[in-house]
Amino acid sequence: MVLIVGEERQEKIAPITYDLIGEGKELAEKIEEGVDCAYIGNRKNAGELLHYGLDRVFLLESDEFIEEEGASSLASLIEKIKPTIVLIGATNRGRSLAPRLAVKLETGLTADCTGLEINEKGEFLQIRPAFGGNVMATIVTKTLPKMATVRYKVMDRAHRTDEKSGSIQDVEPVPYNKKKILNLYPIEERGDITEAEIIISGGKGLGKKDGFKLIEEFANVLGGVVGASRKAVDDGWIDYSHQVGLSGRTVKPKLYIACGISGSVQHLAGMQTSEHIVAINENEAAPIFKVADVGILGDLYEIIPRLIDEVEEYRKKMGS
Amino acid sequence: MRIVVCIKPTPEGSELAISPETGTLEREKGDLIINPFDLYAVEEAIKIKEKQKEVEITGIAMAPPKGDSALREALALGCDRTILLTDREFAGADTLATSRTLAKAIDKLGFDLVICGMKSTDGDTAQVGPGIAEFLDISHVSWVSSILELGEKMVVKQMLEDCYREVEVGLPCLITVTKEINDPRLPSFKNKLKAKKAEIETWGLENLGLNPQECGLKGSPTRVVKTAHPSYRKEVEFVDEKGFIEELEEWRIL
Repeated sequence: MVLIVGEERQEKIAPITYDLIGEGKELAEKIEEGVDCAYIGNRKNAGELLHYGLDRVFLLESDEFIEEEGASSLASLIEKIKPTIVLIGATNRGRSLAPRLAVKLETGLTADCTGLEINEKGEFLQIRPAFGGNVMATIVTKTLPKMATVRYKVMDRAHRTDEKSGSIQDVEPVPYNKKKILNLYPIEERGDITEAEIIISGGKGLGKKDGFKLIEEFANVLGGVVGASRKAVDDGWIDYSHQVGLSGRTVKPKLYIACGISGSVQHLAGMQTSEHIVAINENEAAPIFKVADVGILGDLYEIIPRLIDEVEEYRKKMGS
Repeated sequence: MRIVVCIKPTPEGSELAISPETGTLEREKGDLIINPFDLYAVEEAIKIKEKQKEVEITGIAMAPPKGDSALREALALGCDRTILLTDREFAGADTLATSRTLAKAIDKLGFDLVICGMKSTDGDTAQVGPGIAEFLDISHVSWVSSILELGEKMVVKQMLEDCYREVEVGLPCLITVTKEINDPRLPSFKNKLKAKKAEIETWGLENLGLNPQECGLKGSPTRVVKTAHPSYRKEVEFVDEKGFIEELEEWRIL
C-alpha cells in the first residue's frame, strides 16, 4: 500500500493533503496497490476524506498537532499495516514530524521531493533539488517503508467525488505529556504567499525599502500579494514571511511578477513552477529571464506605474 | 545549563562549488564555513549565556578534518568548546546516519538544551534536528522564531505556515531556529586569532562506541543514484506595457 499522511491546520484539512492523495494514487496504480490515508485531526475532516477514493482512512483523533505523539502513533500503525511507500507533506508540520517517524522505523526519508516516479525496475525514484537548487538529485531507498516528504503544489491534486469509499479506522493514540501548546495565533491568509494566486515580488533592483510601496500598489491593483527576494529580506526591507526561494517559501501562483530580481538559483527554485512568470529587469542577461514567459526590459520605477495605469485603463474600458 | 549547538560545515558559495560537467559538488574546492542557518543557533546560545549563570556552550560538527574551520568560527563567536566528529566511516552519511552519529556524541557530552539551525543551505532537508531528538528520545520544536521563557521548562514561538504557536516544552529538549530569532554577531578580530590557534577536539567512531554498520554510507538507507542540472523551460518574450496587458488577458488574469 501507499500511505499518505494528511495534515490539519486550525481544524481544516490542509490542501497539501489533496496533493498527497493525488500523487499517492498515481504511484499506487503503477505498483498495483491501494492508497490509505493517516489523518491527524478531527473526525469530521476524516469523513470528508472518504470522498477522495481512498481505501482506508486511519484517524488519529487530536485537537492539536504534537510531533512526538504523531510519530509514536503512526509508527505503530505503520508497523501493523506495512505500507511500501509513505508520503508526508513537506510543510513545517510535516518536516517536523517525518524525521522522528523515520528514525522510529529506522528507514530512509527523502526531503522535499518535487518529483516521484516508479521506474521500469519497479524502483521508487525520489527527485529533489539539492545544493541550493543547483542540481536535481534522484534518490532511492533500500529499506521499507520508503518515506518522502513532498513539496506543496507540485503534484496533481486529487478531486472530490460525490460518492464515498473506504471507512474510518481509529488509531490508538500514544499520548505525550512533555509538551503543551499554550496559544495559537493565526497568520492572516492574505499574507500567506504559498496560497496566493498572484504574487508580485520585489528584489535588490528596488534599491530601497520604500520601493516596496510601489510593489504593494501594483499587487493591490492586480489583487495579488507581495513577495520578496532573499536580498530584500536580508536588507530589512520587508518581513521574512514574504521571502520566496529555497530559504523562504516555495510558491506556485497563477501569475508571478518578479520586479528587480535577478534570479539566483535559490530564488528560481522557489518560483519556477508558477503557471505564468513575468520579469521586469534592467539587465537582459539576468537569469530570471531563463524562467520567465514574458520580460519587460528597463527601469522598474518607470515601467510599473505605466503597467498600473494600463491595468486601470483596461478595467475602465471593460467596465469592471 | 549545558547547551550543545549543532553546526554543519558547508561549502562557501553554493553556485561555485558545483561542477558544470558532472553536476556534483566539488568538495575539495573552497573552505568550509558554518552553515548560515546555524549562525542563528550559535547566536541564540550565546544570548542565553549572556543572560544566565553557568552556561556552557559546546559546538559540535560531523565533517571531514577540514571542517575544523567552521568550528574555529564557532569558537571565535563564543562557544566554550568544540568537537569535530571525524572518521572515514562517517563519510557518505544520509540524514538517518548523521542524526544517529550526532545524537550519540551529544548523549556522551551530556546536555540540557540542543540548538540547531532550521536546515542547511546545501542539503536543505531540515531532517537532522528532529532526527537527533528522536534518537535521544527527547522533545523537539522545529522552526522556533523566539524563546519566550527559559527555566526548568521553556516556552518558544514556533512558526508554521498558517499560524504561530506558543509551545511549552520540558527540558532536556532540542529546538531548530529560524532566521527571525536574532541577528547573529560577527566575531572580533582578537577572538578570531585566538580561535585560529585553538586545538580542536576530535572524536572518531571508537570514541562514540558506534558500529561501522550504523554510520556513514553503510548506515544510510538512502542513496543518490543520479544528479542533473535543473532544466529551465522556456524562451522569454520581451514585450512593452501593451503586450503585458495582452498576455494577462490571454492568461485570464484580467
